[in-house]
Amino acid sequence: MGKTPSKLILAGCLALTACFAGKAFAADKKWGQYQVEDRRSGYTFAAPETRAMQDDNFQNPGMLWAEIGEELWEKTEGEAGKACASCHNGPETMKGVAVSYPKYVAEKKNLENLEQRINRCRTDNMKAKPWKYESKELLGMTVFVRNQSLGMPMNVKVDGEYAPFFEKGKAFYEQRRGQLDLACKHCHEDFEGGQLRANILSQGQGNGFPVYRLKWSGVGSLHRRFRGCNKQVRSKPYGYGSDEYLALELYVMWRGRGLPVETPAVRN
Amino acid sequence: MKMTTPIVAAMVFGASMALTATFSGPAQAGEPVELAAMTEMAKPLTDQAGDPATGKKVFSNRKLGNCLACHSLQAMKEQPFHGEVAPPLDGVASRYSIAELRLRVANPKAINPETQMPAYFRKDGLHRVMDKFKDKTILTAQQVEDLVAYLGTLKEE
Ligand code: HEC
Ligand code: HEC
Ligand code: HEC
Repeated sequence: MGKTPSKLILAGCLALTACFAGKAFAADKKWGQYQVEDRRSGYTFAAPETRAMQDDNFQNPGMLWAEIGEELWEKTEGEAGKACASCHNGPETMKGVAVSYPKYVAEKKNLENLEQRINRCRTDNMKAKPWKYESKELLGMTVFVRNQSLGMPMNVKVDGEYAPFFEKGKAFYEQRRGQLDLACKHCHEDFEGGQLRANILSQGQGNGFPVYRLKWSGVGSLHRRFRGCNKQVRSKPYGYGSDEYLALELYVMWRGRGLPVETPAVRN
Repeated sequence: MKMTTPIVAAMVFGASMALTATFSGPAQAGEPVELAAMTEMAKPLTDQAGDPATGKKVFSNRKLGNCLACHSLQAMKEQPFHGEVAPPLDGVASRYSIAELRLRVANPKAINPETQMPAYFRKDGLHRVMDKFKDKTILTAQQVEDLVAYLGTLKEE
């Protein structure tokens, strides 16, 4: 009772046409700094109104978080009686810092993302309590620090001590998961540019994070997005700052190598 | 279920829809090879005949089939936002038998292990499923039957 090959080929071509139609449509446009080779920022998949909102600092609601960070930069907290500014001077000293995160930290024998690096300064250098993941303070400071590198190309390391983490992140990216049995790559590579119900699928790049998401009516971290993408395939998410997500963050940032830091980006 | 397909057809078919191929001997380039792929599931999953009206709801409901996430279907124009990452399902019953459609819904991975399409009646071989959905199939047996009955109505004009 087999199908005839021609029937199969027809079905295959239909599938291919459907898969490539979206790509062809978007690829004929030039995206300036938002595209490096075949790597494209989520910006290039966003609606024109959303892009306009990101482009204008006065309209970009994510800038409110940058302002929270700016205020905290000067605020003395903790037993050491210091503020970030006490040691780091002006925020311009943070220029270029964001592009290489997550970074390997020898004492931890592990990766550390920018959120965790900021919190390490709070606990070790300021003798203050760490900020909670997704608190307005930690998001605000992360947005503020990353925003100092606005437009600079992302450039994480993946060799040497980074190699095992990179491999782990890649494996995570390719692993099918959840009841819907989909891997990151199925949506963000195979379906890139295609329409998944109401969404245009992007490459799932991390260069704009923490992003202001219209759906969240607020700013959220990259790990919040990972959790969302895990949950939508009905897979158990990992914790904020977990080893799994750190490795995944490294791999995702590598996928976006050369793309500009866009924080705070605006997304749907 | 066996069929003979020239290897070239399998290649045209390509990455998007490769078949599970069990080669019955060492393959010689250019020589026809035998592909033993599952293509159908003849036996219904329940005794109760599928109800196409219920199946239609299963198809579009976002918490059930959510088939429009990936597929489009003219007959459901009234529903907003159709996906376009998978082939349109218009006239699908003119291309496939009910038994073939049943397998495609219940376990499309038996047809194409690389497919992005979820298996709606399979609970094994999954990774890190949320507790709420653990050891459960996406659809119940009856929902699969209802859905297949609905797909059976999608004939080409
Ligand atoms: C008591 C001094 C001190 C205070 C206060 C302090 N830091 Fe630091 N911070 C350091 C030192 C020392 C380093 C390590 C410098 C290096 O690696 O070159 C560092 C490193 C960093 C880095 C990593 C830089 C890089 O190149 O990767 C970031 C980001 C950072 N601090 C942010 C902050 C923030 C935000 C605050 C306030 C919440 C803060 N720090 C408070 C001393 C301090
Ligand atoms: C079922 C499809 C699906 C899967 C699987 C999936 N995502 Fe997503 N993801 C989306 C959708 C839809 C969006 C929002 C639209 C867009 O940017 O693609 C999104 C957005 C993102 C974004 C934000 C991009 C931006 O520019 O703001 C990142 C990062 C991301 N995903 C990473 C991942 C990672 C990592 C995985 C694997 C753990 C994953 N996604 C799995 C559907 C998926
Ligand atoms: C995550 C995306 C996705 C979802 C959701 C999905 N499919 Fe599919 N489906 C596909 C892809 C991709 C194909 C192309 C063939 C392949 O990959 O094996 C396909 C193929 C099919 C085919 C064969 C079509 C043809 O012309 O060859 C049928 C029938 C089908 N799907 C029915 C359904 C039904 C019914 C549902 C809802 C219960 C559904 N699909 C949900 C992705 C999906």
